[in-house]
Amino acid sequence: MTLKEKIMGSQIWKSIFRHDFEDTPSNRGKVIRSNVFLHLHPLRIPEHAMKIRFTWCMGGITFFAFLVECITGILLMFYYHPVIEYAYMDMKYLQFDVPFGQILRNVHRWGAHLMVFTVMLHMLRVFLTGSYKKPREFNWVIGVVLLTLTLLMSFTGYLLPWDQLAYWAITVGTNMGAATPFFGVEGPFPIVDKFNDVRFVLLGGTTVGANALLRFYVAHVIAIPAIVFVGCAIHFWRIRKDGGISRPL
Amino acid sequence: MAEETAAALKAKARADKKKKNPHVWPELPFKELMCAVVVMLVLIVWALWLDAPLGEIATPSRTENPAKAPWYFIGLQEILVYYDPWYSGVILPSIIMIGLMAIPYLDTNPKGVGEYNFSARKFAMVNFLFGYFMWMFAIVVGQFMRGPSWLFFWPWQVWDDSGHHDEVTLFNIDNKTSIIALAIYALVGFVLPKLLKMKWAKNLDWTRYIITISLLLLMYLVPVKVVLRQIFHVRYLIATPWINF
Ligand code: HEM
Repeated sequence: MTLKEKIMGSQIWKSIFRHDFEDTPSNRGKVIRSNVFLHLHPLRIPEHAMKIRFTWCMGGITFFAFLVECITGILLMFYYHPVIEYAYMDMKYLQFDVPFGQILRNVHRWGAHLMVFTVMLHMLRVFLTGSYKKPREFNWVIGVVLLTLTLLMSFTGYLLPWDQLAYWAITVGTNMGAATPFFGVEGPFPIVDKFNDVRFVLLGGTTVGANALLRFYVAHVIAIPAIVFVGCAIHFWRIRKDGGISRPL
Repeated sequence: MAEETAAALKAKARADKKKKNPHVWPELPFKELMCAVVVMLVLIVWALWLDAPLGEIATPSRTENPAKAPWYFIGLQEILVYYDPWYSGVILPSIIMIGLMAIPYLDTNPKGVGEYNFSARKFAMVNFLFGYFMWMFAIVVGQFMRGPSWLFFWPWQVWDDSGHHDEVTLFNIDNKTSIIALAIYALVGFVLPKLLKMKWAKNLDWTRYIITISLLLLMYLVPVKVVLRQIFHVRYLIATPWINF
């Protein structure tokens, strides 16, 4: 018995992998079925759906970018304090002191841009292939929610470095909250004052300050990603429940 | 005999279907892995090549000029030039999101699923792509062609105040004229497609027709306002002490 046979015949190995790797139709099915991640796929799909030319792999790349953001984001969290006394210093610390800190921050930043960009392209692809039509209507709706959340995830992250760019971009952005009809203090027909309007809810104050930083932090690192994760689960599950990837009639 | 051929046909159909629906393993996971590897490489090279920006520390007393939103929101910021914040920053984005979600329920044309088929879905394609590229266009203008005080600069021009920005005086069209013009705009939008017996219009029931046309009229009002402002120097169509449009 070779070492390979010994390992692959052991009780431990067999408890993990329930198939061998000979290329037979039955094994091709088992590989997919017996792995929780691969099992997101059906066993067989139409030929055209496997082509990069069809999907551009854009949904997959968006999800991959999301995973990269989760991992690099968790690493960044070890070095970042969401308080105004530290936030900016932590950026400098990451850039000049933490080993690989600069590149960690760079990957997280560019990965976020990439995700926004690919989700836009994914929506374009889904539209161009008419994949939102019956019976996939609702998955498109979930997609639009995911698009919105992706933008918000990126936007809330933008404040965290606490530099001038961040501060004024978020000031401009959240001022829109104050312009909301009825519920914004500077909008038409206000029925609120500046201490209870939409902007106040977004910022935890009337201007961008310590409370806003904390709110954006919590939204950025847990609240929105958690919803995106669940949203993706529903999105993927529905692709299969809606009859798999779209195909010509 | 007949039974046998039927069984054989069935078996053949099943084999055909299998051939047209190949196993995903190993081809698809392999392609996905390759996509992931390429994306990771791109990200690493990008990260080695360019550092994430970091400005000076936030100072509430020192305004940044221009204060630009991140690029994916710059399209909306660009529209702030043409519409007041209550519309460009709140109502319009809400309509866009709701409108996007409504697309599958408004487009009843069953053709062109699972294939890139422009000619079977001209109406849907033209209008969606118009909106999509308007978004991209607004992003490019806002990101690369706006300087201090949101003044227009070509990408190769330096940001200075040396007077090549002649102040234009903007004026408001009086409300009565505007309301009549908007009414005509809406009337044409609602009536013309039916009058011309456009195929897509014939295939829509009244509810869908009215919602579709309303959304499209709102979408095309954005470039209309751009033209009105840039070429005719119109600031507001409707100006009241409470709300401007
Ligand atoms: C976080 C964002 C998103 C992720 C991670 C994601 C992921 C995916 C993946 C992996 C697929 C499989 C096929 C492919 O890769 O193209 C898919 C399909 C699909 N997505 Fe998304 N998506 C997202 C956002 C969106 C958006 C914004 C829309 C539309 C507005 C959308 C609508 C759809 C639809 C309708 C399908 C089925 C396509 C078909 O059957 O051909 N998704 N998505």
